[in-house]
Amino acid sequence: MITKRIIPCLDVKNGRVVKGVNFEGLSDVNSPIELAEYYTKSGADELVFYDITASAEGRGLFTDILRETASRVFIPLTVGGGINTLEDFDRVLKCGADKVSVNSGAIRNPDLIRQAALRYGSQCVVLSADVKRVDGQFRVFGRGGRDDTGMEAIGWIKQCVDLGAGEIVVNSIDTDGVKGGFDLEMLAAVCDAVKVPVIASGGAGKVEDFTQLFQALPGVDAGLAASVFHFGEIAIPDLKATLRQKGILVR
Amino acid sequence: MIAVIDYGVGNLFSLCRSLEAIGQEPVVTGDPALLRRADKLFLPGVGAFADAAAKLRQTGLDQVIQEEVAKGKPILGICLGMQLLFEESHEFGTWQGLGLIPGKVVPMEGVIPAGYKIPHIGWNALHFPQGKRHPLLETVGEGACVYFVHSFYATDCDEAVIATAEYGPELTAAVAKGNVMGCQFHPEKSGDVGLAILKTFCEGSW
Repeated sequence: MITKRIIPCLDVKNGRVVKGVNFEGLSDVNSPIELAEYYTKSGADELVFYDITASAEGRGLFTDILRETASRVFIPLTVGGGINTLEDFDRVLKCGADKVSVNSGAIRNPDLIRQAALRYGSQCVVLSADVKRVDGQFRVFGRGGRDDTGMEAIGWIKQCVDLGAGEIVVNSIDTDGVKGGFDLEMLAAVCDAVKVPVIASGGAGKVEDFTQLFQALPGVDAGLAASVFHFGEIAIPDLKATLRQKGILVR
Repeated sequence: MIAVIDYGVGNLFSLCRSLEAIGQEPVVTGDPALLRRADKLFLPGVGAFADAAAKLRQTGLDQVIQEEVAKGKPILGICLGMQLLFEESHEFGTWQGLGLIPGKVVPMEGVIPAGYKIPHIGWNALHFPQGKRHPLLETVGEGACVYFVHSFYATDCDEAVIATAEYGPELTAAVAKGNVMGCQFHPEKSGDVGLAILKTFCEGSW
């Protein structure tokens, strides 16, 4: 039986991890490569690199570190941030990314998903959706959660799967940063609507939040988080030991 | 010399880096002369079976592979590369493979139970038929997981199956027939477990 995946997300700006952390054994707390190796040894099942660089020069640094990381870490790597064209897909895939996640780029041009899935296969195309409740409706937000697109989220996600998205990251803006647990209601709605793997994001604060996520929603395939892993609030080996104890299959 | 067969399908970056990580110096090539000189071959691949099989034929590499394998050269197919080793695939039509291992590739759709998603993406544990470990997988511990991404799987190949993974039924995860071997999963993305399998293939005599 397939195992549930635990995925740390690293925000990278100009080739450096934003908000470096002082883990034991890390000589450079802002090095994405060192952090990626650290997480891999801790039992992370996959890594997400999120590029928040604005300049073209910074993007060059990002691809350098991606290439270096992919030369040293042999688990799946997903890259997101600033993916607007097929050329962007090509750029990061050539540097060792296995999957590419699209968000605002797909909102501006949904056909990007279709084109990318045709060229690289659905397994390579991840839709990342920032979702927030507005007037009793799940609404898709663009530009890092700043713009209300006015689109209903479940319909949007279904449309993207039909276009060829092979996996969905659901990031709940409502629970993000609150550390009070994942947005089970929102995730249940997505799991009911699509048959591709669903990755939960936003709201993890403690180990029990992951236990609750996988127990309440068997349709969720993975849990993604950033700060709780970076700040050492959750250690991945402890998290996996607890999940195993609760009868949830992990690697 | 270890050669990774380049026939214009898929991303060879990770496979090459993983081979370097275990001390190999892989040559990525579609040049028949180089492939004939190589000691061992890797047949990678992601994407559609029909496209990949057509590219092997157009480049004439299908014959090169078949001839070299007949001479006893070891080959390891990975993911779609493993599927190409079989006689045929029923992926959106019927397509001929390299015919190096008896069996065929069929869709999971309609075979696996409801509630199991397609594609089969993620880390899954390897099981061994009758508990017997093929030399290629001698380093793989009990319950060790490897990384899968696929929607089609090999069947009618019982004699060649050396590992399975439970996804509803037990799906073919690795195959071997003499010097011809294949992994449905991605050893180059399966952490230390995967690197050890690649090392066993590269260093073993088959």
